[in-house]
Amino acid sequence: MVLYTTLSSQFKQYLLSLNKVAAKRLIQDEFTGDNAFQLIQQIMMPALENIGKEWEVGSIALSQEYMASNICEEIVNSILPPESPKRRDMPVLGVATLGDQHMLGKQIVASCLKASGFSIFDYGAIPVDELATNVVKDAIEVLLVSTLMLNFAYEVKSLRNCFNETGISTNIIVGGAPFLFDDELWKQVGADAMALDATEALSKVYELTGVVE
Amino acid sequence: MSDEMTSMERVLAALSFKEPDRVPLFHMLTIYGAKESHVSIKEYFSKPELVANAQLSMQQKYKHDCLYPFYYAALELEAWGSESIYFDNAPPNSGRPIIDDFGDVLSLEAPDVLESSGMGMVLETTRILKEHAGEDIPIVGVVMSPFSLPVMQMGFGEYLDLIYGEPDIFSELMKVNKKFSVQWANLQVQAGATVICYFDPVSSSTIIPPELYRKTGFKVAQKTISEIKAPVATHMASGRCLPIIDDIAETGSAVVCTSVLEDLAEVKSACAGKMSVLGNLNGIEMIRWTQQDAESKVKDAIEKAAKGGGYIMSDNHGEIPYQVSEDVLLSISNSVRKFGKYL
Repeated sequence: MVLYTTLSSQFKQYLLSLNKVAAKRLIQDEFTGDNAFQLIQQIMMPALENIGKEWEVGSIALSQEYMASNICEEIVNSILPPESPKRRDMPVLGVATLGDQHMLGKQIVASCLKASGFSIFDYGAIPVDELATNVVKDAIEVLLVSTLMLNFAYEVKSLRNCFNETGISTNIIVGGAPFLFDDELWKQVGADAMALDATEALSKVYELTGVVE
Repeated sequence: MSDEMTSMERVLAALSFKEPDRVPLFHMLTIYGAKESHVSIKEYFSKPELVANAQLSMQQKYKHDCLYPFYYAALELEAWGSESIYFDNAPPNSGRPIIDDFGDVLSLEAPDVLESSGMGMVLETTRILKEHAGEDIPIVGVVMSPFSLPVMQMGFGEYLDLIYGEPDIFSELMKVNKKFSVQWANLQVQAGATVICYFDPVSSSTIIPPELYRKTGFKVAQKTISEIKAPVATHMASGRCLPIIDDIAETGSAVVCTSVLEDLAEVKSACAGKMSVLGNLNGIEMIRWTQQDAESKVKDAIEKAAKGGGYIMSDNHGEIPYQVSEDVLLSISNSVRKFGKYL
């Protein structure tokens, strides 16, 4: 465990310096063929969580979180391919922007979730009605919504109403600038939780699904 | 005879680090003019006279200290061939990016601003405002920085990939964008803009780390701002600026807008004698403020930043949301007049 703590710290430094080669080598050196989730949970996610926390307090920039998540997603794909049956045991998650064309937040969340071993459905910017249909079809347990624009943050309210009217029990986690600047907004629009960054979103997923990290 | 300064005198005194009669206030009202005019946002931005009249009537109503002929950011991309997407209660967005592949940059040419009908309307609005305001009220023109424009040109993630991975293509794009931004800024100055607001959110420490800014956005800003023939205010559109304050001052900016995520007193202190500070009321939270909340936030900002001049109050994003109530805007104005007087 102590070893993994040290490796995680080293891994984080590789991520922040965009040293993809060294980051990948560090994980590959520890990979035994059946310990992918252990490496994800004990080396990669602590590093990403640390980066997320530093972003929340302003000591790390969004671009660094974006690049770190991308690198992690790529590394995880090499040790836990997207088609791996192990991923099917995880809760089914979706990401969406409800029409907002600003995709960066969603991309970071999607990368972070994939880097944690989840399989996700990416619904892009499709509107609420179409999204609700897909959520039912794909049996989504948690939907993560990222918006940059305020008008699309308010669309979460329409989504929640739509879920309520049609008996959809999917949980909604929201994030993005409007929620960052008003910490009451997520409740106002009827979300189940709000996350300040991608790794906090991951923690909320674990909380809402009861899955142990 | 009234002792009250004109808005121009008030703002100029503040920018000279002197205490005017009271703290200047900029209500950055864009789409809000459509609400005040009882027309759709699309119709509003199709008639330069309508925008100008709304700006003038809102300035009378809220008694703030600027006119703001800015329409919306995506308008600039229309000149590059993109189409804007309109909403009922939010600023239009740019549609499909114009750069699908990094290689597209190598054949990209800056469009001539004079051939853009949308930008022509902004210039017409600016001219009308200048005719009415003369030298009494500052007119704030807006230009997207060459460094931040690519978010609309190619998408945010793709642009970060370009910055980190393709420095040569990035440099080419900056050259093209700079030419466009400088022409656009100076045409607004010719039309009557007193100051140019240089919107540069990608440079903020919220988006990229300071060391990367110093190699990229900073150099672009320095070159661009040196060619703009008016004072420039750098605006991070809600992003943090404190870690790069000294660098922003070196770009030639006279003013910087700080985020509500930063302590206003700390930013004011860091800017002392170098730049004036604009900000940092929370426009999103403002939607659910009561009039008492507004008064309290205004008093707090004045306490933190007003002393010695060098401060203009405004929201921290450069745009008051459509959903903010008229009562809150009036309460902010009244509170500035009540608590923002210099002795």
